[in-house]
Amino acid sequence: MPDMLSVKNLKIEATSYPPGEPPKVVTLVEGVSFIVEKGKVLGLIGESGAGKSTIGLSALAYGRGGVRITGGEVLLDGKDILTLDRNGIRSIRGARVCYVAQSAAAAFNPAHRLGDQVIEASLRHGIMSREDAKKRALYLFRVLGLPNPETFGDRYPHQVSGGQLQRAMTAMALCPNPELIVFDEPTTALDVTTQIDVLAAIKHAIEETHTAALYITHDLAVVAQISDDIMVLRHGKTVEYGSTKQIIEAPREDYTRALVSVRQTKRDEAADQTGAQLKIENISAGYANGFKVLHDVSMHLPKGQTLAIVGESGSGKSTLARVITGLLPPTEGRITFEGKELPRALKGRSNDELRRIQMIYQMADTAMNPRQTVRDIIGRPLSFYFGMHGQKKTERVKELLDQIEMGTRFLDRYPAELSGGQKQRVAIARALAAKPELILCDEPTSALDPLVAEGILNLLLKLQEETAVSYVFITHDIAIVRAIADSVAVMHRGRLVRFGPKSKVLSPPFDDYTDLLLKSVPEMEIGWLERVLKTRRMESAGN
Amino acid sequence: MNLRSIPFSAWIGIAGIAIAIFCAVFAPVIAPFGERDVVGDIWLPAGGDFLLGTDNLGRDLLSRLIYGARTTIMVALAATVLSFSLGMLLSFTAAVVGGFTDQLFSRFNDLMMAIPTLIFALVVLAVLPQHLWILILVMAVLDSTRVFRIGRAVALDVAVMEFVEAARLRGEGSLWIIFREILPNTLSPLLAECGLRFAFSILFLSTLSFLGLGIQPPAADWGGMVKDNKDGIIFGISAALIPGAAIATLAICVNLVVDWLMKRTSSLKGGRGDA
Amino acid sequence: MMESGPLTGPVPTDGTADATHPRSAELSGVPAKPNPAANPANSEIGGTLWRRFTFRRPLAALILQRLGLSVGLLFAVSLMIFGGIEALPGDFATTYLGQSATPQAVENIRKDLGLDKPWTERYLSWLGGAVQGDFGTSWASKNSVGEQISRRLGNSLFLAFFAALVSVPLAVGLGMLAVQFRNRLPDKIINVVSLAAISLPEFFVGYLLIMFFAVQYGIATFPATVYDSMSVTERLSAIALPVATLVLVVLAHMMRMTRAAILNVMSSAYVETAELKGLSMFRIIARHAAPNAVAPVINVIALNLAYLVVGVVVVEVVFVYPGMGQYMVDAVTVRDMPVVQACGLIFAAFYIFLNMAADILAIIANPRLRHPR
Repeated sequence: MPDMLSVKNLKIEATSYPPGEPPKVVTLVEGVSFIVEKGKVLGLIGESGAGKSTIGLSALAYGRGGVRITGGEVLLDGKDILTLDRNGIRSIRGARVCYVAQSAAAAFNPAHRLGDQVIEASLRHGIMSREDAKKRALYLFRVLGLPNPETFGDRYPHQVSGGQLQRAMTAMALCPNPELIVFDEPTTALDVTTQIDVLAAIKHAIEETHTAALYITHDLAVVAQISDDIMVLRHGKTVEYGSTKQIIEAPREDYTRALVSVRQTKRDEAADQTGAQLKIENISAGYANGFKVLHDVSMHLPKGQTLAIVGESGSGKSTLARVITGLLPPTEGRITFEGKELPRALKGRSNDELRRIQMIYQMADTAMNPRQTVRDIIGRPLSFYFGMHGQKKTERVKELLDQIEMGTRFLDRYPAELSGGQKQRVAIARALAAKPELILCDEPTSALDPLVAEGILNLLLKLQEETAVSYVFITHDIAIVRAIADSVAVMHRGRLVRFGPKSKVLSPPFDDYTDLLLKSVPEMEIGWLERVLKTRRMESAGN
Repeated sequence: MNLRSIPFSAWIGIAGIAIAIFCAVFAPVIAPFGERDVVGDIWLPAGGDFLLGTDNLGRDLLSRLIYGARTTIMVALAATVLSFSLGMLLSFTAAVVGGFTDQLFSRFNDLMMAIPTLIFALVVLAVLPQHLWILILVMAVLDSTRVFRIGRAVALDVAVMEFVEAARLRGEGSLWIIFREILPNTLSPLLAECGLRFAFSILFLSTLSFLGLGIQPPAADWGGMVKDNKDGIIFGISAALIPGAAIATLAICVNLVVDWLMKRTSSLKGGRGDA
Repeated sequence: MMESGPLTGPVPTDGTADATHPRSAELSGVPAKPNPAANPANSEIGGTLWRRFTFRRPLAALILQRLGLSVGLLFAVSLMIFGGIEALPGDFATTYLGQSATPQAVENIRKDLGLDKPWTERYLSWLGGAVQGDFGTSWASKNSVGEQISRRLGNSLFLAFFAALVSVPLAVGLGMLAVQFRNRLPDKIINVVSLAAISLPEFFVGYLLIMFFAVQYGIATFPATVYDSMSVTERLSAIALPVATLVLVVLAHMMRMTRAAILNVMSSAYVETAELKGLSMFRIIARHAAPNAVAPVINVIALNLAYLVVGVVVVEVVFVYPGMGQYMVDAVTVRDMPVVQACGLIFAAFYIFLNMAADILAIIANPRLRHPR
């Protein structure tokens, strides 16, 4: 009997049109082969640009933009779907193979009710009658744990939350009883506490319906919970392909090993946490339309240490950073820095006050002017704060490039010519150039691939040792907190939930929210998801 | 950028603009007759001494066309430069300063734009004395409302980028932020917009002249030439169509170049896709 | 005019916002409350009656807001047309009499025209009259301006209506055609031709058509005069050429904007979803693209109809058609201020009304506002 899906020696190309140059053909994927058996889940994992989404879409014989499948075979039940004509391909899409997109919010049509969209493919392909399709949708809404399954389908996409939409999208894919579903990073856009529910729902639904799946993600810990086999991809080629157990517990390739061990770094906190270089007292803040974002937040940070502020989106952690910088003046409370109260608004602060607090952003792409060279970007604070110019300035820029472990050959490059990690390093150098006493780091690693992110974290730790700079580190990632923090503040819906030395904050007894947050972070361990769900069920039974 | 990446259509546009500018600059040298000289009978057909024939007063049409290029391009260019400078200055100020200034400028701009440009021009020109500089000023002010709108949108797009915030946090002044951070990143779309405004200015000036409210006779100007010769149409005399065609050709040429500039801008923006 | 559009207000309407509220109630399949999304925002709002109304009936509130805005805008425009003219240099009485004016004659004229009264008083009486359709008497012909306008406005609307009737379906059809053949030959041809058409001045198109159809072939009439005693068919044949001119001028713009609007929808993620469901091309377009493209396309049409109102001015002059446009241009050349003011106000009113209609239709077509949480 042939395998349900068998991909052989896949080659995918695209044509790119660089401005001012003749168009050129780029190879996105080359020599990739894998097999998905009936009812099994294969995880595709890799960094951005590894070609994993492209491979996933090839199972539907679909290429986004100018992407073309130029070689190899995609065998569905032994039949190559790449050789089919338009109608042949149409009869497969949405009937035998379905797709779940990363952003369900964009993938649902805003003009139609969710229920109609969920059953549309089943009706159009003549798989079931409207009555049966509705019954199946109801069943799937129940399996996926959606609220009020009877009336859920009457809602419009903008009327439900992101996590619910992602589950509805899964229901839409499962409805026609397909043989295979392609999940394209279905939980990446969600908060951790939402992600775990969606993940559990997807896993449960796949098991219930015995559907095979391709699960695409960049997070090895996530895929370890859900897949039977894993394929590690890099630059469009296979790095390692094996069972989940083998990949997680006994990886053969260096790259896989690095991926598995990436979250293992831990640092002991500073013993003495008494002083306060930065003191935040009873801060409340909100936007001009009266929407209050921060409620009475207080915390402090001793010199040369790291304060991690953890929370999900909407917790107010980034707003707090804006308040500290003066971009958003607080409505109440005060901020003291080195024993002196900081003027509330940016305009009131002196250049020296500004110099002492620097900032690093999440997206290094947008944080640097694309029309300036590395030399100009790092050099500007030098001339602005210290009046340096000419040779002296160049020397100092070179020193800084050394400090961030990049050579002087990068001096005259533009940001577009740098990789994501290099950009973030240049941003760090720009902050360092001002000789700051405090650097605010707003999720500086969350847009980066895991290995690159680890490099940045290590660089930040090294710089702290060298220059005794303090960090306020804003993140949603508990693993990073463990790796770098001395003290931790947990925020939820604009309020401070918990604050103290790392060892205290991250050990029991917990408050409800911190407990939930800590338990929701996927761990690189097979069976973690089941374990967490089980303890949760026991807890709720005990209550 | 290299020359080979410029598409054929854009080359046509560039060539057309170059010819028009050449005519405008060297008008006295190339034109066979004077701008206002009556040299023959009225509405002589094309050919012979008069390559394009003569107009309603017996002046050489080709010579007037060449001199007309001078007036039309000069006035349209002056109005464009003025409207662009004014619109950019106000829009960037609004975008960078924000708050009340932004509200004031934007609401006033909305008000100005609530009246169609041509109607507004008609009302204003009915009151003001007929001078060339007044005409240029009215065209510039009316057109600057469009520049303001685009300029503000583009500047706001860039102004919310984090590198501008970073410059603010550094303590940079507004001038640095406008000229060193925002302007270099908005040049490409604004250049396209500038071309678009120029094409619009040519058409607008011609329309006003055609209605008798633009450039006053006997100075030659393309729109005015259409007005002068329009009565010949009923008799099958195509003298009015020639300056009309000149306006259309120049506007097409400018638009071809703008079209290319816009495509170039959008291909610079895009092209980043996750695999 | 969409900057302060439907997405403002205290409620984040973009759907992603509530994904940002962590919801502990939903853990491990325990159903959350029916409509949790609205709650956090709801408690923050309370407050005034209007705010509560905005929250409960966002659609009605936005439409009311647009209506109010347009009335305010019209009022401001009337003030500008009247007051702006007052503020500009030049004395009407002197203009009115020409260069031979004696100071005594100027004084008399000022009294005659009411120019000796303060301008606020004159403005109020002018506005009061304008609302009732009385725009005073023309300085040049001494006729009632309102009477002239009532006759000519009908003629202009007749012209614009038929131009719209032809151009709208044509533009939408061609726009869809261009999308269907995107980046292929028909699209490229349409692109180049429409680019050229945008660059043609109205009067050039007009005279070109006259030259060919009226003079060379004699199948159309010129000038396009209409009388009260004409039958509808006679009228239609008289306005054939002006309508054709207007259509050509407005068509290219409308078509290019339609194409862009539809392309925008076609490249969205939900159309990709539809494609990955294996739906037929027809169903993708009819069911998934069209409902979302309606709003932008209607917007495009309304904006271009506003443009038509202005295009009428030049076309009427070219074809010597007895409409508002010609009336205004004639008045401007002789500086007949009451006529200029009246025509200016009416043109602006139509323009504002059509822009408002565009905004309101776009709001109504937005499912997020039609089905509030």
